[in-house]
Amino acid sequence: MSAATALTPVAILWAFVVGGLFCVAAQLVVDLGRLNPAYVMVLFVVLGAVASGLGLYEPLIARAGAGASIPLPAFGHALVQGMLKGAAQSGFTGLLGGGLAATATALTAAILMGLLMAVVTRPKG
Amino acid sequence: MATRRKGQTLFFAGPPTILATAAVVGPREGAGPLAGWFDVVKPDRLLGQKSWELAESKMAEEAVDVALAKAGLQRREIDVLLAGDLLNQIIASSFVARSLDIPYVGLYGACSTMAEAVALGAVLVDGGYADRVCALSSSHHDTAERQYRYPVEFGSQRPPTAQWTATAAGAAVVGPPGAGRVGITHATLGRVVDWGRKDPFDMGSAMAPAAADTIAAHFRDTGRSPEDYDLVVTGDLAAVGHPLTHDLLKERGLDLEGRFVDCGRMLYDETQDAHAGASGCGCSAAVFCGYLMRNLVEGRFKRVLLVATGALHSPTSTQQGETIPCVAHAIAVEGGS
Repeated sequence: MSAATALTPVAILWAFVVGGLFCVAAQLVVDLGRLNPAYVMVLFVVLGAVASGLGLYEPLIARAGAGASIPLPAFGHALVQGMLKGAAQSGFTGLLGGGLAATATALTAAILMGLLMAVVTRPKG
Repeated sequence: MATRRKGQTLFFAGPPTILATAAVVGPREGAGPLAGWFDVVKPDRLLGQKSWELAESKMAEEAVDVALAKAGLQRREIDVLLAGDLLNQIIASSFVARSLDIPYVGLYGACSTMAEAVALGAVLVDGGYADRVCALSSSHHDTAERQYRYPVEFGSQRPPTAQWTATAAGAAVVGPPGAGRVGITHATLGRVVDWGRKDPFDMGSAMAPAAADTIAAHFRDTGRSPEDYDLVVTGDLAAVGHPLTHDLLKERGLDLEGRFVDCGRMLYDETQDAHAGASGCGCSAAVFCGYLMRNLVEGRFKRVLLVATGALHSPTSTQQGETIPCVAHAIAVEGGS
């Protein structure tokens, strides 16, 4: 998704601070807005998509590494970048399919992990 | 003929008595401040069943059997089972009734169900329609959380106002005057009150006005004063709703200072991470059938008003943004009958 950032103490600090600030913002949304986790998820994915469209998210990842590429807004960023890439390659159909193509790895991994956990445990809750 | 009803309150002249009660609780409740007052403490929350729902039924069935054993009765000697719980279509209670083979009336008053069941049991006995009625109510942390909020494994954060649904069941056998040592003298049936609260993580605030309404109605109808009771015990208002109810009653000129407690604040201690306190049908059911009844039987309490509180929302109504209607039913019980 981005150029690898060298694993220096400064890079780790940036990742910690940026990732932490995302968490603080989400916690404030939950506590002050009395919104449930589903709202937080949608809100942050949308915010990431908007930031990506405005060209703000890629520089953030370059600076903060995993601090920006792991939290939820990165999913919105990946969707938008995938759609832009798809559109550039094959026009309108690429715009529709590009977002899913770019996030297919994460989605499939989530489904597969869910399936695996359901097989090896007995989910009752 | 003596007064049988005034306002919202039923007067039982006899009065019907409680022959025996039983409280069965889960491990968390069994590690709390009231541990010594319960009949059975289960070591785990699944009780050897394959689902939390079946575990809740199993726990409720055991409460019935222990109460019957304490009363020296067989299952077939019970005329009617009055029972309810929090699950969709009250399956915990209905599945118990399936194995009891006696007439069954399913009730839904959310967490007010125990008081509702005992009140209706007293009506059936007082009216001569039944000799022995079993009142039963239960809740289970995992079944309730999954249904009303999120799956437990999801690990959703709980705000400080959230309450912990108790894994507990209580059963009470109601019989004729003189048969038991604790009499049911009055029942005050609650009106549904809704002050527009919507947050399913703050049930205490939602239920407080309903509790205050029923308590005020009880004192108005009976002409009694707070000094007539050793304790006025609300069901599951917990740390947020209980002080609020206290204030609402003070505004109405009823000062319950020193005698006003809440089952939801008694079941867990601060180290148990239950946030505002306990909730659920099983909360007031187990505290009443365990702690309160034993103290009444053994003479430490003379007269107690149990005010069980229930929030009458559903997962669907919450998702549709509806406010939470609430109800509270009260029963006045006294020892030495």
